[in-house]
Amino acid sequence: MKQVYMDYNATTPVRPEVLEEMLPFFREHFGNPSSVHWAGRQVSGAVENAREQVARLINCSPAEIVFTSCGSEGDNMSLKGTVDALRDKGNHIVTTTVEHPAVLSTCQYLEKNGCEVTYLPVDEHGMIDSAQLEKAITEKTILISIMWGNNETGTLFPVEEIGAIAQKYKVRFHTDAVQAIGKIPVDVQKANVDLLVLSGHKVGGPKGVGAVYVRRGTRMTPLIHGGHQERNRRAGTHNVAAIAGLGKACELAGERIEGDYQRVRDLRDRLERGIMERIPEVKLNGHPEKRLPNTLNVSFAYIEGESLLLNFDMKGIAASSGSACTSGSLEPSHVMGAMGVEIALAHSSTRFSLGPDNTEEDVDYVLEVLPPIVERLREMSPLYKKKA
Amino acid sequence: MYSEKVMDHFSNPRNVGEIENADGVGEVGNASCGDIMKISLKIEGDVIKDIKFKTFGCGAAIATSSMVTEMAMDKTLDEALQLTNAAVADALDGLPGNKMHCSNLAADALHEAIKNYREKQG
Ligand SMILES: Cc1ncc(COP(=O)(O)O)c(C=O)c1O
Repeated sequence: MKQVYMDYNATTPVRPEVLEEMLPFFREHFGNPSSVHWAGRQVSGAVENAREQVARLINCSPAEIVFTSCGSEGDNMSLKGTVDALRDKGNHIVTTTVEHPAVLSTCQYLEKNGCEVTYLPVDEHGMIDSAQLEKAITEKTILISIMWGNNETGTLFPVEEIGAIAQKYKVRFHTDAVQAIGKIPVDVQKANVDLLVLSGHKVGGPKGVGAVYVRRGTRMTPLIHGGHQERNRRAGTHNVAAIAGLGKACELAGERIEGDYQRVRDLRDRLERGIMERIPEVKLNGHPEKRLPNTLNVSFAYIEGESLLLNFDMKGIAASSGSACTSGSLEPSHVMGAMGVEIALAHSSTRFSLGPDNTEEDVDYVLEVLPPIVERLREMSPLYKKKA
Repeated sequence: MYSEKVMDHFSNPRNVGEIENADGVGEVGNASCGDIMKISLKIEGDVIKDIKFKTFGCGAAIATSSMVTEMAMDKTLDEALQLTNAAVADALDGLPGNKMHCSNLAADALHEAIKNYREKQG
């Protein structure tokens, strides 16, 4: 059966060049980069090379890159490390209602431990209002944590405006750029970011590796205490193969960002147009323009998301949903809730996230398979009254 | 994650639809939990002669709805009232744990439909 993968926001396949880059570090070059002997020397260069590759992609200096085990660790480290280090300055964080759980759950944990957190609301497109951010800042505010692009809707936040506000009030700015990296240009200088988190497996790198950009001079308590790796910012023997893979993935992303993502954007737009033309009563969730080029989140009214995904799966199509059944809780996606999406439509929300391996045939296949599935599930739905 | 039987009922659901001028109709669930099941009955004497369902919900919700219509067809009302959500899940070779309470309401919908019929009978 034909298989179409349109869940790149969940994870991506490792690019062949990335795998090539990683392989020597399992057997031939197995050393610990902290060792002084030949085996260590063979690999320490690889870690530093990867550091440069990551730094180049986001326009910072290599010394400002800290390798981590994943995006979630990066977010935890940024938030908890800031709160601990800036205890004397304040205890207030400003974030949004639509952050990834790696940020939201960390904020909830910090609230239980004496922090105050303001969760900025979003409008129907999932967009925040910078004026509200400015109003939320108090003299106790130590951190603004606002993502670059949303994983569910693709909505892009105005990071440059946020960075300017952070600078004006001298508040640290952390951004979860896990979804933006490799899909759109990301420049930490332009956006005036202090802490930026990325993850390998969303950019054609391996799972279980990530990095945090920590602007020079940023005081932060480590999340993982131990040895002296990563200039004392993050202990633990380097996962050399994964780090080398992350570096290569970032290099490729930098080279291909324009070509790849113009193509991906065209495919996404073709899918979006095709769905809107072929199927009535479909609602776009996310910003019409300010959106990651690969992401399309729509609600097919009267249909629950999981049943749609199962039908897709039977046709070889991999997508994802914000329904309760797929979010692993009894509630549909918090992002849909924050956007004020009507509850039944939130259960219907379906995310297609495309990537560089998708083709026009993939899109046309989805467009061919989708209408009869939607029609059949609607016929089954007690909410659906067929329009005469 | 789902048994073969669940997937069978999900992909080929039995008795989908709504009976016109039904003798009894039952609806359970709500949009906020993501599952709504509606069952309609044709009753002759004391026997369910026809039963149809419409469901908004996940794979488990659709499969249990389909299964309950098969189990209740041609049963007397008292027999149908003995059917439980657990029995429906068993007949499907079980449901994943997290689906047992949220999407396993089909027998409740059937019972509501019978109740509605009996109320109308007075
Ligand atoms: C926006 C965002 N932040 C953080 C993460 C977590 O990254 P990781 O899976 O590497 O922990 C993800 C991925 O699920 C994400 O989409």
